[in-house]
Amino acid sequence: MKIALFIPCYIDQFYPQVGQATLELLTKLGCEVDFPLNQTCCGQPMANSGFAAASKDCDKNFVRNFTGYDYIVGPSGSCVLHVKEHLKDDQHSEETIHIRKHIYELTEFITDVLKKEVHNAVFPHKVGLHNSCHGQRGLGLSSMSERMLPAFSKPEQLLSKVKGIQLLKPVRTDECCGFGGTFSVFEEAVSVKMGKDRIKQHEANEVEFITGVDVSCLMHLEGILKRQGSKVKTIHIAEILNTEA
Amino acid sequence: MKDHATLAEEFIKDDARTNWHDETLWFVRQKRDKAAHGLPEWEQLREWASQIKNHTLSNMESYLEEFEKNALDNGVKVHWAADATEHNQIIHDIIKSKGITRIVKSKSMLTEECHLNHYLEEQGVEVVDTDLGERIVQFRHEPPSHIVLPAIHLKKQDVSDTFHEHLHTEKGNNDPTYLTRAARVHLREKFIASQLAITGVNFAIAETGGVVVCTNEGNADMGTHAADVHIACMGFEKLIPKASHLSVFLRLLARSATGQPITTYSSHFHKPRAGQEMHIVIVDNGRSDILGKADFRNALKCIRCAACFNTCPVYRRSGGFSYHTAVAGPIGSILNPNFDPKKYADLPFASSLCGSCSNVCPVKIDIHDQLWKWRQELSKGGHLPLSKKIMMKGMAFVLGRPALYRFGGASARWVLRHMPFLVKFKVNPWYKQREMPEAPKQSFRDWYIQNKKK
Repeated sequence: MKIALFIPCYIDQFYPQVGQATLELLTKLGCEVDFPLNQTCCGQPMANSGFAAASKDCDKNFVRNFTGYDYIVGPSGSCVLHVKEHLKDDQHSEETIHIRKHIYELTEFITDVLKKEVHNAVFPHKVGLHNSCHGQRGLGLSSMSERMLPAFSKPEQLLSKVKGIQLLKPVRTDECCGFGGTFSVFEEAVSVKMGKDRIKQHEANEVEFITGVDVSCLMHLEGILKRQGSKVKTIHIAEILNTEA
Repeated sequence: MKDHATLAEEFIKDDARTNWHDETLWFVRQKRDKAAHGLPEWEQLREWASQIKNHTLSNMESYLEEFEKNALDNGVKVHWAADATEHNQIIHDIIKSKGITRIVKSKSMLTEECHLNHYLEEQGVEVVDTDLGERIVQFRHEPPSHIVLPAIHLKKQDVSDTFHEHLHTEKGNNDPTYLTRAARVHLREKFIASQLAITGVNFAIAETGGVVVCTNEGNADMGTHAADVHIACMGFEKLIPKASHLSVFLRLLARSATGQPITTYSSHFHKPRAGQEMHIVIVDNGRSDILGKADFRNALKCIRCAACFNTCPVYRRSGGFSYHTAVAGPIGSILNPNFDPKKYADLPFASSLCGSCSNVCPVKIDIHDQLWKWRQELSKGGHLPLSKKIMMKGMAFVLGRPALYRFGGASARWVLRHMPFLVKFKVNPWYKQREMPEAPKQSFRDWYIQNKKK
């Protein structure tokens, strides 16, 4: 099984520890993982701003880097969803379709493709789970409060095996944190208000950490937490799952 | 004109009121969840509703003909309006021809869309809105801020002040029962005196030629029962093929809107009573254009329940007026650009694309996907700010070239570490209320090459 690691651009630049944890975790689970060196960005920031047509170079570069693999795995539900729904390269349509069908967010790759559990992780802390919208509603990583369907959660399924962890959910279990890509800048006031409201509900649970499957949501929450001088930290789910006794 | 982001920022300045607005609407969303959970067949009902509406939209011309024929057979006069102006003129002509001066109107978003009240006022005709919330905002010369809860932006004391001014209630008496009674007395006088009742339409049934109006206050009934003339106004998308289809829609509508099993009144109007005249005005006003757009046509499935408003984290924190239009919220953000892409170019961006709207929609409109598609359309049409275009094209250029991306990334991190003042200033919208992420010395790729690459 040939697996390519997709590390979204802002993780590559600002959160390398998340990339490292993802790579190490997949290796521990018995995967042989390749990191295509010329990857950049999936094109989502431009596309969500209305400029999907202008980000053709990103799409082409993505297809060039990730052709020839059985699976592509990334620690970001949002970027993975963007590739799944919108990756476009008319000159390599077969390769593009293959990529769109075989790209996975990290937790769903572990639960659905590898069909494994993570056993050795230890994280004796109170942790708040943030359900990132694109992972949850877009990729279907967990059931959603709006739908009247049986409850499940792939991230929780993995986190529940972590020793010592006390997982807590905010009252509004799956409200958006307000990051929303360039929304965070162009609708700054609403974006920050949404983030503050999420944080308040996590703080009511007295959590030490907020975790999730998307670094982007966590980056936004972290920015607000730090500005507020809060003790609560953010941590990506891969970093928790990659801990060891 | 101020855009959504600016108006939202103004709204949010009053933090306590924003919290109250958010919590009030979230409460309605929770009521909706509870009501939906009570029906094991909820998701099936949504699917049926969606299919019935899709089918109707695809066969619109034959159902419209069937509806008109049956309505005419029932003794109803049917009018066709291509746009808002025609709609308003048709109504004004009826008023003029009969010398009518006393008019009541129950809730109709279509008449808001057509600015009927304003038009008639200009012709010297006064219309009294009889829905309590509508009456409150009418007194205040405000548009409704929500399509189901028109005065949801107001608190008890605001209503008290308004009623004190217009109905001479006691100053400072905020008791809801007291205020409602005052409105009741006031509206009863209007009902009894009315010569013409205008209503909206929730569902128009092709096989019977009748219309159904849903209210919680019975104001549509009181208006039509007293008046000698009834005019029902509808956008053509209100059509459903059969009366039996109501069993799907009536179960979804009130549960989605307010969490009630059904609206207090679901009033069926099929023919004028003896001595009464009944008119139905069927309006296009841009709808057939939407019907012709593959990506956007299914927005016409909307039954105006406002579940997407109540669930929207942006709407709850920015208020209805920030959308500067009659139909606000997520559904308004995909409908309005059809009418005026330039004026409403900001609305599809008033969303984090969280997708909650599509999930609550009782007729399964792909609202958040349409928001995304509208962004592309508006960009193609040249309706987005030039600064945004330059920024996005610049980003696309850099991110499409691996070497340039790596150079840019490394430079940005270096700047953040050594010259943070270049980034950390308050005009930077990220930094205004948020810290920048820590800039590591090494990117993941650098680390990978150093440690892992074989």
